[in-house]
Amino acid sequence: MSFDFEPSGRVVVTGIGAVTPLGTGVDVFWPRMIKGESGVGPITLMDASEYSTRIAAEVKDFNPEDWLEKKDARRIDRFIAFSVAAAKMALDDACFAPTGELAEQVGVLIGSGIGGLTFLGEQHRRQIEGGPGKVSPFLVPYMIPDMASGYTSIQFGLKGPNNCVVTACSTGANAIGDAYHIVKRGDAVAMLAGGSEAPINELGIGGFCAARTMSQRNDDPLHASRPFDKDRDGFVIAEGAGVLVLEDYEFAKKRGAKIYGEVAGYGMSGDAYHITSQDPEGDGARRSMLMALKRAGITAAQLDYVNAHGTSTPMNDPTETMAIKRAFGEDAYKIPISSTKSMIGHMLGAAGAVESIICLLAMRDGIIPPTVNHEHPDEGCDLDYVPNVARKKDLNWVLSNSFGFGGHNVSLVLKKI
Amino acid sequence: MSSEEILSRVKKATVEKLGVKEEEVVESASFQDDLGADSLDIVELLMAFEDEFGLTVPDEDAGQIVTVGDAVKYIGGKLAATA
Repeated sequence: MSFDFEPSGRVVVTGIGAVTPLGTGVDVFWPRMIKGESGVGPITLMDASEYSTRIAAEVKDFNPEDWLEKKDARRIDRFIAFSVAAAKMALDDACFAPTGELAEQVGVLIGSGIGGLTFLGEQHRRQIEGGPGKVSPFLVPYMIPDMASGYTSIQFGLKGPNNCVVTACSTGANAIGDAYHIVKRGDAVAMLAGGSEAPINELGIGGFCAARTMSQRNDDPLHASRPFDKDRDGFVIAEGAGVLVLEDYEFAKKRGAKIYGEVAGYGMSGDAYHITSQDPEGDGARRSMLMALKRAGITAAQLDYVNAHGTSTPMNDPTETMAIKRAFGEDAYKIPISSTKSMIGHMLGAAGAVESIICLLAMRDGIIPPTVNHEHPDEGCDLDYVPNVARKKDLNWVLSNSFGFGGHNVSLVLKKI
Repeated sequence: MSSEEILSRVKKATVEKLGVKEEEVVESASFQDDLGADSLDIVELLMAFEDEFGLTVPDEDAGQIVTVGDAVKYIGGKLAATA
């Protein structure tokens, strides 16, 4: 078989892998999510006793030695280990193990919002305490966000385009969108795409505490992430990774791959407003959703489900609601919208990738995961948020939103085929 | 410190840093060729020896340490010089 393939211009998802606070592996986390379980609890990865936020959604069942050789497992930053694990699960799920010439046509684009902040913090402490001679030679490679892609490509021998996206909390969605374009134009026959994040460390928690963006419901972690609810008080930070195998449609069909769905539309925009605050009019979010619909060639009336960015911050939820209404008009009231961050928290740069996986599973099984902890409606939040209980519905077109510090807005439209 | 004790502590640090089995860490074993270390692993390992024995390995000396035996000999010499 020659790999001078003609791109079909259509890109499908043939494998998914996730490391989440509700478990490692799609088969572990998805049933728990449908039941509405929460992965939020007290922080155990560090001593959080002095911090204003002491809760997070941590990955509890992850052992780096299950995924990496011992030497690296011992020292590597968690965000790289998560990435390798999610990639391995996605490749296995796709029954895809490219070698030889084919491996040169398969690339990796796994982003991270922050990169190896845990390792950076530890090495900074070593330098302060012991001088420059105490800094690990692995500081630079384990800190840089592109090492999720780089290390993963080495693990699986993938020699196609190798790239990284860093767009804060829209990283995972941007990575999928950009990888989709790489496959669509024929620069690769397949891409591993997604995001990975491990921000639960002293600097990560300290920084977000200082920015006053996280929930302080420390005495009630299970109910801390409550998107669109009147009593929400900030997001719950989370960790993990999501990786998808994106593949040329004809190539996937030829090799008999199972297909979860098609990446049908990718919309993006910038707020050009403020470094951390969203445009209060939600104009950037509105435009990214409309661009995604336009590229997919559909109207809002055709959307069966929206996986919201839905962070549970006082600002995001009404702003996103307003943007959805401005983008979709009256149809906004008819489309079920849920925030799965209510259960797995906000995985920052991994969020968009894991939420795309959730959308594909929702389409596969015909079930919409709920927005849990939705108890008291709020004035600016008056759409159908699928409160508290999962809902059966045949889904053909879904949209996922991701917005990030810096004013990045990304919307992906996925389609059942 | 006896060379047996130095060897035992070098072995312990090497097993921990390189993720190899203790029986592989023999005096004739080359860190790079036999124990799978790359250039970054070597730097990390020398730093571990510095911590373990409370000494400094200047960059210009690092080239002398190719095998486990070289490390034991070098550390022994350093400790004797500072004793």
